[in-house]
Amino acid sequence: MRSLLVAALLAFGLAAPAVADDPVVTITLRDHQFVPAEVPVPAGVKVKLLIKNEQQVTSEFESTSLHREKIVGAGTETSLYVGPLEPGSYEIFDDFNRATRGHLVVK
Amino acid sequence: MLPTAIIVFREVLEAALIVGIVMAASRGALRRGLWVSGGIAAGVLGACLVAVFAEAIAASAQGMGQELFDAAILFAAVGMLGWHNVWMSRHGRELATHANRLGNDVRSGARPLWALAFAVALAVLREGSEIVLFLYGIALGGNGGPVAMGVGGLIGLALGVAAGTAIYWGLVSIPMRLLFAVTSWLVLLLAAGLASQGAAFLMQADWLPALGSNLWDTSFLLSEQSLPGRVLHTLIGYTAQPAGIQLVFYLATLLVIGGLMRLVGAGERTAPAKRDGSAVSPAE
Repeated sequence: MRSLLVAALLAFGLAAPAVADDPVVTITLRDHQFVPAEVPVPAGVKVKLLIKNEQQVTSEFESTSLHREKIVGAGTETSLYVGPLEPGSYEIFDDFNRATRGHLVVK
Repeated sequence: MLPTAIIVFREVLEAALIVGIVMAASRGALRRGLWVSGGIAAGVLGACLVAVFAEAIAASAQGMGQELFDAAILFAAVGMLGWHNVWMSRHGRELATHANRLGNDVRSGARPLWALAFAVALAVLREGSEIVLFLYGIALGGNGGPVAMGVGGLIGLALGVAAGTAIYWGLVSIPMRLLFAVTSWLVLLLAAGLASQGAAFLMQADWLPALGSNLWDTSFLLSEQSLPGRVLHTLIGYTAQPAGIQLVFYLATLLVIGGLMRLVGAGERTAPAKRDGSAVSPAE
């Protein structure tokens, strides 16, 4: 039992700094475009996406292939996690304005 | 106007399909219309409240409040649908065979319609709050004016309600003795799909590992962004590129609810020893 507790504490202790070290990738919604439209994302690691909505309207950041959706209010920013991802291109879009499209380019 | 209609339709669709299935699954039950419309009304009210407090919700839990809130709602709906299914696995057959008798009203009064109404309220709340936020956003953004927005919203709502009505009429055309078997399966798959969506939110908030971001890719066969893909996404949890954790939750939900249905339904099955028609009883 005690060894289990120690193992759990150890695992937590090791996991905690790893969370803080997750790379952050910033995507901005501006004039109904993603900036950048092709977002470089490192492969094989968990990544924190920081999404800034500089528009006057509410957006819903979404990716069907990554099962991600999050509402980003006008003039606000939010974050969410993706990955670890295989190399490739993953489409992202604004579900409230589907003309706004871009890609996560995972390398 | 048209983009508004399309977006509202997309959001209404999932809730409308769930309402259609719930109405079919509760066929013959006393005051089901009242329960279900009460659920819808509570959901609409809840959606407005959630939209008002959207920023506070989003800012909670280190910015992951939206995900945790959505996941909680989805898992609560899974619980409600599961509860109803387990109850029906014991009483469904007797309801179906006595469907036309007056005494059935009394018996069906014990039916957990509150569970279905709650599931409806949660579905409406979740999709409805997105509609409110979206409409509020374009109202502020001044895109097209309030009339275009209102008309577009109403068209989207009407299309969504039409889809829910269509699935209801399709289901109630099934003979009564088979109806509950079919709706039980539908509700089971629906619940599993909602659980998989809930898992996706927890993965997005980094509360669960992905266990493989894309296990497979069937988007070339059926895109989730197409209308049939979206309908199947709601009905059976179709996901073109599922993450491992979603598959785990999907299967676990099927196993747990399906197992409980079998366990609870076993007493019902052995009691009336009439087994000659067993070849046509797919419920279990």
